[in-house]
Amino acid sequence: MDQIIGNLDLLFEFPIVNLKIIIDGVMIGALFALAAYGLALVWGVMNVKNLAQGDFVIAGGYTAWWLVQQGIHPFLGILAAFIVMWGIGWVTYRLVISRVIQRDLFTSLLATFGLAIMMAQILNLLFGSDTQSIQLDYATFHFADGLIDVPAAKLMGVVMAMALAGGVILFMKRSRMGQAIRATAQDPRAARVMGIDTEKIYSFTFSLNAAICGAAGAIIVMAWVIQPFYGITYSIRAFVIVTAAGLGNLPGVIAAGLGIGALEQYGSHILGIGYQQAVAVLLLLLLLLARMLQQRRQRQVLK
Amino acid sequence: MKLRKVLACRAGALALGTAFLVAGTIGVKAEECETITLGAAISLTGKYATNGYHTQNGYEFAIEKIKENGGVQVGGKCYNFEVLYYDDESKGDRGATLAERLINQDGVQYMLGPYSSGLTKAIAPVTEKYQIPMVEAEGASRSLFNKGYEYLFAVLSTSEQYLASAITLAAQVAEQNGKKPSDVKVAVAVENDPFSLDIRAGVLEDASKYGMDIVVDEKLPRDLSDMSAILTKVKLLKPDVLIVSGHSKGAATAVRQIGEQNISVPLIAVTHCEAADVTGNFGKAANDILCSTQWAETLSYEDPIFGSAANYEKEFKAAYPEYAEKKVPYQTAQASAAVYVFKDAFERAGSLDKNTLRDAIAETDLMTFYGPIKFSENGNNIAKPMVLRQIQDGEYNVVAPAEFASHKLNWPRTPQ
Repeated sequence: MDQIIGNLDLLFEFPIVNLKIIIDGVMIGALFALAAYGLALVWGVMNVKNLAQGDFVIAGGYTAWWLVQQGIHPFLGILAAFIVMWGIGWVTYRLVISRVIQRDLFTSLLATFGLAIMMAQILNLLFGSDTQSIQLDYATFHFADGLIDVPAAKLMGVVMAMALAGGVILFMKRSRMGQAIRATAQDPRAARVMGIDTEKIYSFTFSLNAAICGAAGAIIVMAWVIQPFYGITYSIRAFVIVTAAGLGNLPGVIAAGLGIGALEQYGSHILGIGYQQAVAVLLLLLLLLARMLQQRRQRQVLK
Repeated sequence: MKLRKVLACRAGALALGTAFLVAGTIGVKAEECETITLGAAISLTGKYATNGYHTQNGYEFAIEKIKENGGVQVGGKCYNFEVLYYDDESKGDRGATLAERLINQDGVQYMLGPYSSGLTKAIAPVTEKYQIPMVEAEGASRSLFNKGYEYLFAVLSTSEQYLASAITLAAQVAEQNGKKPSDVKVAVAVENDPFSLDIRAGVLEDASKYGMDIVVDEKLPRDLSDMSAILTKVKLLKPDVLIVSGHSKGAATAVRQIGEQNISVPLIAVTHCEAADVTGNFGKAANDILCSTQWAETLSYEDPIFGSAANYEKEFKAAYPEYAEKKVPYQTAQASAAVYVFKDAFERAGSLDKNTLRDAIAETDLMTFYGPIKFSENGNNIAKPMVLRQIQDGEYNVVAPAEFASHKLNWPRTPQ
């Protein structure tokens, strides 16, 4: 308790620290938002709640890490992770997801949960359980007597995350494929009547999700660290964010991602770093509670 | 029976290199000596296989060296050691079963330890029950030494000593600079697991002995990838010592973010530097960071069997060419030291009786290439300090304990 009060005192004594916490939180939050957007896409279009979301992120990270070990430039690693994970996403869809898509909620939850365990273990066998990261020798910018530090690598990662998100938004809005995906999300039967090959849309959407996650993982490995069993931390955050923002609400997903990033940083500063993830889970709990009360009043069904 | 054969075969193959080297010298002598059989359950498969293999090689190398130096003299007769190995598959319950089997079916009277604290914890109750003395080299958890075991002895330093030596070092530095050790401020960030909490307990105990102030005391989560919240506090509170222990992810995250955030704590000590390959991954950011280890080949310890620590490294590499490209791991060195403890105790006991031997082991006061060995009442080695190495220009150089160190400490650490 003394420690918590001491930590709060620090926030008031050095107000600039608040800014640092928010900057740190927004930077990691941008990556959470990417993974969450992929989840919202799959959830909205196919009604599959993908518990292996975080493991796609980590798999993308390892893809980039391995390629950089082979001598390619880290930025190309992001592109490569996007492509490789697209392929893995497609194979996963064919092998697993296409079989559970028509089934009930629990079948798809169990299937993706099994997928998550398997992916983590395969990564562990392939790359070992040590943490890995890519060190970019870029400068770190310091502000406010060195209290605020923004490593260029993180900054670039956030910029790339934003570019990717922008690209996906444009694609969904403008392209025929994007329109077809949105149409399928609204009403798959009507979409089929209109001549949309929904099976193709499903496999495309799932591959796109895996690719977005892969690119996010490639950015994460440059600015933070990855380990085969870290997937769950990203899955949890993605679920919290989608629950908070709702499906098909992209600005909401981004705002919620950044907000959760910042809240977690506050949590870990005040309560101690051991409680960082607890903050996210607590938030999920509160959100679900709030949603439930809201629905009771409006008599709506959450799809 | 089949398993024994396979293992004996494997051990034989391992020792082959050594056997060639020493064949000339042992020749006739070896024939005259009788055999003392030690038992060991060791992890040759499963998650500890790599380190189990290092341990076994350490045992085998020591046995060959002792044979080369005239064997073990007990009551005027000459003996050589032989080890009966079983593979515990890195599983505790398997280890305990195998220990029972070694003692009951194979009639083993003396045991060498397995790899890891967990396996040692599983086997110690068995050896205790049958009053079989066990000298172990690979279980560091301090929970092994508060159970009142009387037949368990460990040559290595226990886990709470891992970074406590950094506190001693900080106190020495403070005195050299005309400050009081009680002015030193300490920040501690360790993972929330038994091993790291042992380390924290050791650090806090020593810090309170010097009257130091603990300004940050945080537990790292298991899936740590960001500790900037802690490092920001470190920046604000300006401690003189920063202690981080969280396996390889702790080392990797800490070193990376210490570099990014320009942390200027004069003394930073970390565990698992090698596992995280902090020098390879983070280059200059790792400079001047202190890393703890049980043993290093540059220490100036010596004994009549193995010679100096450097000599041990050289001869071991000659006997086991697969280590030629890397450093000999400390797991191997401490395994050899455990066999040496048995030799010394047998010779002082002058008898093969296990209880006489147990008392002789308890009175051990031995200088080895691995460091001094003297057991407390609880069976842990209280004579050997943990070694601190500082990363200086990408090299791990021993800087503490000062009397055996090869290099001087760079203090204060400057952010790179």
